[in-house]
Amino acid sequence: MTDPFIELRNIRKEFAGVVALDDMSLTVREAEIHCLAGENGSGKSTIIKVMSGVYQPDRGEILIRGQQVPRLNPIASIDHGIQVIYQDFSLFGNLTVAENLAMNVQLREKHRLMNWRRTREIAREAVDRLGVELDLDAEVGHLPTAGKQLVAIARALMSDARLIIMDEPTTALTRREVETLFRIVRDIQSRGIAVLFVSHKMREMLEISETITVMRNGSLVADGPTSEFDEALITRHMTGSDIISEPYVWTPPSGAPQSPRLEVRGLGLKGAYEDVDLTIRPGEIVGLTGLMGSGRTELALSLFGMAPADHGDVKVDGKPVALRTTQEAIAAGIAYVPEDRLSEGLFLTQSIDRNILSTSYEALSPGLTIDKTRAAEMAAETIDTMQIATPTGDKLVKELSGGNQQRVVLGRWLLTDARVLILNGPTVGVDVGSKAEIHRKIRDLAREQGLAVLMISDDVPELVQNCNRLVLMHRGRLVEEFESAGTSEEAIGDKLKAFR
Amino acid sequence: MAWLRRSEVVIAGILLLAMILIGLVNPAFWQADNLFSLMRSNVIIGIMALGVLMIMISGGIDVSFPAFAVAAMYLTVKFMLWSGYEGIAFAFAMAAMIGLLLGAINAFFVYKFRMIPLIVTLGTGSMVRGFLLGVVGTSMININKMPDGLIDFAKIDIVSMTKADGTTYGLTAMVLVYLGLALIVHMVLRYTMVGRGVYAYGGDPEAASRAGFDIRLILFFIYCFAGALAGFAGLLHAGMIWLANPRDFVGLELDVIAAVVLGGASIFGGRGSVLGTMLGVFMLVMVKNSLIIMKIDTTWQRVVVGVIIIIATAVTAWRDQKRKA
Repeated sequence: MTDPFIELRNIRKEFAGVVALDDMSLTVREAEIHCLAGENGSGKSTIIKVMSGVYQPDRGEILIRGQQVPRLNPIASIDHGIQVIYQDFSLFGNLTVAENLAMNVQLREKHRLMNWRRTREIAREAVDRLGVELDLDAEVGHLPTAGKQLVAIARALMSDARLIIMDEPTTALTRREVETLFRIVRDIQSRGIAVLFVSHKMREMLEISETITVMRNGSLVADGPTSEFDEALITRHMTGSDIISEPYVWTPPSGAPQSPRLEVRGLGLKGAYEDVDLTIRPGEIVGLTGLMGSGRTELALSLFGMAPADHGDVKVDGKPVALRTTQEAIAAGIAYVPEDRLSEGLFLTQSIDRNILSTSYEALSPGLTIDKTRAAEMAAETIDTMQIATPTGDKLVKELSGGNQQRVVLGRWLLTDARVLILNGPTVGVDVGSKAEIHRKIRDLAREQGLAVLMISDDVPELVQNCNRLVLMHRGRLVEEFESAGTSEEAIGDKLKAFR
Repeated sequence: MAWLRRSEVVIAGILLLAMILIGLVNPAFWQADNLFSLMRSNVIIGIMALGVLMIMISGGIDVSFPAFAVAAMYLTVKFMLWSGYEGIAFAFAMAAMIGLLLGAINAFFVYKFRMIPLIVTLGTGSMVRGFLLGVVGTSMININKMPDGLIDFAKIDIVSMTKADGTTYGLTAMVLVYLGLALIVHMVLRYTMVGRGVYAYGGDPEAASRAGFDIRLILFFIYCFAGALAGFAGLLHAGMIWLANPRDFVGLELDVIAAVVLGGASIFGGRGSVLGTMLGVFMLVMVKNSLIIMKIDTTWQRVVVGVIIIIATAVTAWRDQKRKA
């Protein structure tokens, strides 16, 4: 074991009387890959900001290489070699890769003038150090997420970093990009630089890290070598309770065969997908997965009328439906929870009530005015059934946690009498506890209200757990179908790998 | 062929095409006296556009500069008459300083209260105009009273020629003043850390402050510089038209903003260049000039400027959206 690089001991931090950190301790050793796990709101960001010097703790000690650091401010933190890569990367999309890479060095050297030749030299050095290919003259805004991340990492390495803190680095990456990232992280480690991964994705933590620290409610709950942890244990530490997960089972009802809820025949959209046949019966949860660009999102959008298909038929409850616009899809009983719920699904600066009711206002206003009493009842009922944690429906949606936001979106669709529910990445950015809650809710909806659910996700374990049937999509076609029972996550993971 | 996709090249191409078309409709366009007068018309709008460009790159917008320009111009001319000062160096320094101080007010509100620049500059612009007319005066200062030094300075030509009918015409040396200022702004934006900070701030204010840029310095720098440029341009304008009118420059903000947008600057901030802006100014002035030559009613010029601002903004917005995707 290497020597400790940074030690935080019994840190306490309050904000206006609210305790964000209490008795939190964390030790990151030189050149280790360390994971900091915790649910949203557990204080992960606060502890990062203590390390980066943005927040000064109210109590507790910080030691760097065994030396007490009385007051750690952002500049001192950088001088000690601590670099944070934020989720949004803090890059300038309007500037070139070279300038982005060199800017911090130039600023630190306190130049008044901009030396373009030196900028290129610094950038070249940064890219060489990381050992990746990056076009220095490309505008950063043009790069894909993974490329931006590389720029951010390369920039962090430029400042003689001893510890790189990555805040949720894998959230927006595809599986393959995650693998590339892990390779780079191991490479950084081999140069004697420590990496602190902040995440709530268990599988990734177990895969990459050597040491894990779990925090809950601002305090340390467990730490130790990764080999001593497994998923269930981390989950228990993170949530403080066991989350029992049993696979979703669906049995076809006996007696007369029901007509399917959703029936798709020969659906196609030029350049996206073709010949899609799919049947979902009431109460079924069908998982759809495939690589990015397999056409799965386009298929979902077509079913919701946002990218109408060129040919083929869709029937809901045996009745043919036209899906040329979102309105037609909603009228046909189809609901869609988008991948990026923040930008597509919610009005963040509006209240919970208004968000819940946003698809129901038509139904609530038979005349010219909205039936306010009925609206208030419906909203309150939804908050109750969806168990949205809020004292009042007047609270703005942006103040809710990711899991609660997702419930608002789901709850809204229940009001529209939806019969087919399409979920695109239902738990992206949602922590473990809320994730389990959302899964339970989706199962209840399918089982009790007979909804047909199409769940699209990258998260294979999530699909295997919650769907009774799985469909694989590749290059715009549905290529394989499995019953979840008797299918292992690994088998599906291998198939996805083979597609590359 | 990456340079072919640069906005400046595209704008220059469109400009050239427009010049050829206008030349076909009206062969007089290519005559030296028309081109000279065209360049003369570039000077004032151009200098103001340089200031607006910096503010737009930072993600802001300025509608107060015509008011600042008129205030700096009128106060300076009044002062020159009162004191009998006949030189020009101090006069221009004074006008620029008045603009700079007024710009500092903009910067203060934008920085301190994180207010939207449009609202701040609408307010300061209106206040400054009101104060000028209410406190300083409303009367025009005509040629017979204007300081001679100022007029003589603005009269300097680089070349002068004589037409067949004996009248003379020339290319004003003020074009050199404009080019000099443009060069300074270009150098500042491209080769100083403050200049790069303007781009960085326009790209992502949060990231810029995290990277360690001095946001206060950047904001005060651009608003003060833009104010100084406006003040300078205001006084130069009075010298060039031999008239100090405290009600001048009304509605000019739209022309200047149109020119800057036409020059490829993004209204979302982060993008724009001096060369592009100069091309945009030239294009706008040329179009307005051609409308006059073609004897189209001046009210229609407003329509044209409106159309230009909408189309140019739409094109740049579309471009930026494509880049993001």
